[in-house]
Amino acid sequence: MRLKQNMGYVYIMPWILGFFIFTVAPLGFAFYIGLTEWDTFTSPTFVGLDNYTALFKDENFLKALWVTIRFAVISVPLGIATSLLIACLVNSKVRGVSFFRTALYLPAVVSGVSISLLWKWILDKDFGLINLVLSKFGIEPLGWLSDPHLVLPSYLMMVVWGAGGGMLTYLAGLQDIPSHLYEAAEIDGANMFQKFKTVTLPMLSPVIFYNLVMGIVGAMRKFSDAYIIGGAGNEGRFYMVYLYENAFNYLKMGYATAMGWILFVIILVLTLIVFKFSSAWVFYSSEVNKKTKKGK
Amino acid sequence: MFGSKMKQKRIRRNIFLYLFLVLFSLTTLFPLLWMVSTSLKSGDIIFEMPPRFLPDGFHGENYTRAIEEINFFVLFKNTAVITFFHLLSNVFVSAIVAYGFARFDFRWKNFWFLLMLSTIMIPGEVTMIPVFIAFSELGWSNSIKPLVIPGFFGGAPVFIFLLRQFFLAIPRELEESAVVDGANSFKIFYKIFIPLSVPALITIGIFSFQGSWNDLMGPLIYLNDTDKFTLTLGLSMFKGMMKVEWGPLMAGSILALLPVLIVFFLAQKHFVEGVKLSGIKG
Repeated sequence: MRLKQNMGYVYIMPWILGFFIFTVAPLGFAFYIGLTEWDTFTSPTFVGLDNYTALFKDENFLKALWVTIRFAVISVPLGIATSLLIACLVNSKVRGVSFFRTALYLPAVVSGVSISLLWKWILDKDFGLINLVLSKFGIEPLGWLSDPHLVLPSYLMMVVWGAGGGMLTYLAGLQDIPSHLYEAAEIDGANMFQKFKTVTLPMLSPVIFYNLVMGIVGAMRKFSDAYIIGGAGNEGRFYMVYLYENAFNYLKMGYATAMGWILFVIILVLTLIVFKFSSAWVFYSSEVNKKTKKGK
Repeated sequence: MFGSKMKQKRIRRNIFLYLFLVLFSLTTLFPLLWMVSTSLKSGDIIFEMPPRFLPDGFHGENYTRAIEEINFFVLFKNTAVITFFHLLSNVFVSAIVAYGFARFDFRWKNFWFLLMLSTIMIPGEVTMIPVFIAFSELGWSNSIKPLVIPGFFGGAPVFIFLLRQFFLAIPRELEESAVVDGANSFKIFYKIFIPLSVPALITIGIFSFQGSWNDLMGPLIYLNDTDKFTLTLGLSMFKGMMKVEWGPLMAGSILALLPVLIVFFLAQKHFVEGVKLSGIKG
């Protein structure tokens, strides 16, 4: 028994070491850096909370914050709804459905810089695919990335395009719904939409909840494609891009670290809000079982 | 009478279903086909007005130019080396830690486990700058060390969590005979646990491979010399150009994402199985 105890620590030791070296120590260091002005070449100057007060007077910061939160709030529900719709479609047992599944899942496979560049090309004002298609309908070319009003719609378009990549978890969830629930609903005369509302949605709510939380965190931390694609002036400068610019272009390490802490707090608050309201609509079937058992 | 009505209803539903499936699939595939088409067009017809959907025959010159201009083979090798170490450390170390959490009783186990889960919430953005400064002080920037070494310390919390769930489901009876035969715990780990969790390991492997192959932030921060660049970093250099040559750029992009595509299709069966088994659905 004694030996077993020690062996457990041997196995988890890589994580414990990593936790102290790459999490605890950097967090402590980051707390300090956030209170300094530091370009990494000279020694840091302690400035107290100046970085934080300066940030909330920095128009570029406020704009980046607004752009990112607005994107998160709109894109996450939009992405979830589209993924869910796609999952429902490919969940039916019709011929050739596995082809559609693979085709629709492709965006998750081919993500990355390549696809960001592809979108930059597709959204190109003069020769891009979208304006080419629109021109067939007699619509004048639109500046998808150069017109400030169209930057957000462009990013949302990419989210909808990639939504098939998020369908796997819903698909697994759909396949776990016991068929007797649908049969019972059918006996009660429910149509397709009623069945979706009263059976599918409640049964999937834990999966939706999980994806909502992860989606918000992911959207707030958006970097790679925002860095590549950008967008008209401030409209396409997301939070992480501005953080990166401050740290590695302007070498304002203290300022950028303060931004990191603020992002951490925002993500924490958003997640807590989602958790707080989850009990109103997230349905855990295991809880019902517990309750009925208690009742007996 | 009743039966044929039901049948009619089902046919009508299927027509709708196919309509949506085809519409969605086309929307997904069209941009990717456009990418392929652009990569095969000759330089003059890319900017032709009105543009054409299909290339004018097969033009391989965009590919040869992409290979030369982004120094493709060197960048490919760099990316492969980083991804190899990243994948190896992520999968192997995550599995070892998960085994420790799944099969041993030790003091404060729950404390450590909850602590590990809570680190998922700490965004890398806060620790990124201190870690960068520390690696620079060690003189490790402009090398692959900062991109590779952290992976050997603890793997990734999400992977550890998933593998622990998976290991917990492995029946204890399987180990008992091995224990009777005098196998130590590490032997049990690689003789019993590893072979039984291949689907889960492959799932994690694919995620890890994709994450590393597509990573931009890490290489962007740490690598300065163009001959040390990864493919993502090499391609991202084109973002600021005023007049982009889309033909070679799309060709280079296709070459960069091809390995991910190939790995996915090779491991697809295991992957879907693994997603179900590891219960990512929450």
